[in-house]
Amino acid sequence: MNSAETARAPFDPAVLFKAAFLGIVAIFVLVPLLATLLGGFKSLGELRVNPFGLPQHWEWQNYADILFSGRYWQLLRNSLIISTLTVTLTLIVASMAAFTFAHVRFFGSSMLLSYLTLGLLFPAATAVLPLFIKVRDLGLLDTYFGVALPQVAFSLAMSVLLLRRFFKDIPYELLEAALVDGCSYIKFFRYVTLPLSRPILATVGTITFVNSWNAYLLPLVMLNTDALYPWPLGIMVYQGEYSSEWHLILAFITLTILPTIILFLLAQKHIVAGLTAGAVKG
Amino acid sequence: MAITSPVGVAGEAAPQAAVRGPHWDSRFTVLILFLPPALLLFTLFVVLPIGEAAWYSGFNWNGFGRPTHWIGFDNYRFVLETRAFWLALRNNGLIIAVSLAVQLPLALTLALMLAEKFRGAVALRMLFFMPYILAEIATGLIFSFVYDGDYGLVASIWRTFGAEPPHLLASTDTAMLAVLIVIVWKYFGFHMMLFIAALQSLDKTLVEAARIDGATRSQTLRHVVIPLLYPTIRLSVFFAIVGSLQLFDLVMPLTRGGPADSSNTMVSFLYNNGISRMRVGYGSAIGVILFAICVTFAFTYKRWFMRDE
Repeated sequence: MNSAETARAPFDPAVLFKAAFLGIVAIFVLVPLLATLLGGFKSLGELRVNPFGLPQHWEWQNYADILFSGRYWQLLRNSLIISTLTVTLTLIVASMAAFTFAHVRFFGSSMLLSYLTLGLLFPAATAVLPLFIKVRDLGLLDTYFGVALPQVAFSLAMSVLLLRRFFKDIPYELLEAALVDGCSYIKFFRYVTLPLSRPILATVGTITFVNSWNAYLLPLVMLNTDALYPWPLGIMVYQGEYSSEWHLILAFITLTILPTIILFLLAQKHIVAGLTAGAVKG
Repeated sequence: MAITSPVGVAGEAAPQAAVRGPHWDSRFTVLILFLPPALLLFTLFVVLPIGEAAWYSGFNWNGFGRPTHWIGFDNYRFVLETRAFWLALRNNGLIIAVSLAVQLPLALTLALMLAEKFRGAVALRMLFFMPYILAEIATGLIFSFVYDGDYGLVASIWRTFGAEPPHLLASTDTAMLAVLIVIVWKYFGFHMMLFIAALQSLDKTLVEAARIDGATRSQTLRHVVIPLLYPTIRLSVFFAIVGSLQLFDLVMPLTRGGPADSSNTMVSFLYNNGISRMRVGYGSAIGVILFAICVTFAFTYKRWFMRDE
């Protein structure tokens, strides 16, 4: 009977097992995060005896001190500047190249495209010493651009591939018709391709932003001045200074990952689509 | 009507356009304006440094002035004679092994559970994916708290059983194990999302057909669903291996590769021995070796396992 089917057996072992399994994994993921958030509200003494539970005394001071210090905001500002530079330049440079590869047939086009995709094969770390010397010789050491330009260069391969695939799907008849009407390739790019490509631009922008926002190695090598440090560098310095005052470090970690988590909650779809799209058929 | 060139210098360009096909001018402008920035940046910051790494690796050089002290392949010999290099290589192997033996089955199981629609499925997916978007540095710091022998979560659990809490990250026996657990924590959600995306685009008629033909749930899973996921599994393995070869940020806040080099990865070994001491030649040699491993791996893997994609 129908009602017998909808009222599922209350002790189906498979369902129970599934719920238990998901629950354990959820706890495995959540506990370190919650302990970090709550740890920031505890005193050092309480943290030692009670690292798991809710704080007995909520120490708002830990968070307030950081929020009212210039340091936290300076780190976020530096990260934001570097990430914005990287995303903007990547989108401009990659979309122009991708447009050329998608719509202009010329001798050597496929060769140049495979040349660019070489960038997918190895991590930036392999050549980071010569890269450091190059950036130094260009006089860009200890500048935002010294971090942003190499980041752009290393994100180009993936970005061009993703954008080109999307641009190619724009009907060729559209381009033909526009050209017959006297529109140039550049105008077509500006007024047709780019507006039609907002979703993929958002995807590529998201991947680039997350990578740049979280980056550690390149800024570590290229920057010497504390005042220019993005947050991953700054938080390592902070941890070095307050080595075992974990309540302060935990509050600082919470506040620095907060922007990422807020962004993630606001733009889940783009981020998941973006970070997995880069992967699937990369 | 003849198609005229949209560019101003029509007088001169028109006959050329007739030879080279329509819109040559406009296309030519795109070519010379749109392509060079990408090619220039890529060549300058990606390709040249790799070539230069090969060149510098032949010198004993501290990065100042010009390299003059040519020592041939000695840097490679020094690298290969370093015990820490082989430890780092072994650790990269361990990371790959754990990715295959623990992370992949976990991700696949979760994906199979969460690809179905039920209340809370989407929230759980997001929760499991969240570690992936957190910065490696932040993740590493969070876990260096978790593992802390005085204040950490692990220490607290140990104390409730009345045992002396261990300093996991400070012991050569446990440091790498601790790092491996963090790796699984951080990356399983990414692989799970890959599998969920694949499951959702799966041809459902095949699954239904198997069920109608009387296959049980587990038979369908083994003989229909998993084979259909093979391309994604191969992709997931590819990312696990590439990711292991690049791993650095996570190791730094946890152990910096220590104690006694027991938890170095290739990149943290490169950082500790080449970059932080400005031994350009030696560091470049490590970089070239890492580059060779990455490229060889990528080509062989693509050739052997991903031929059809």
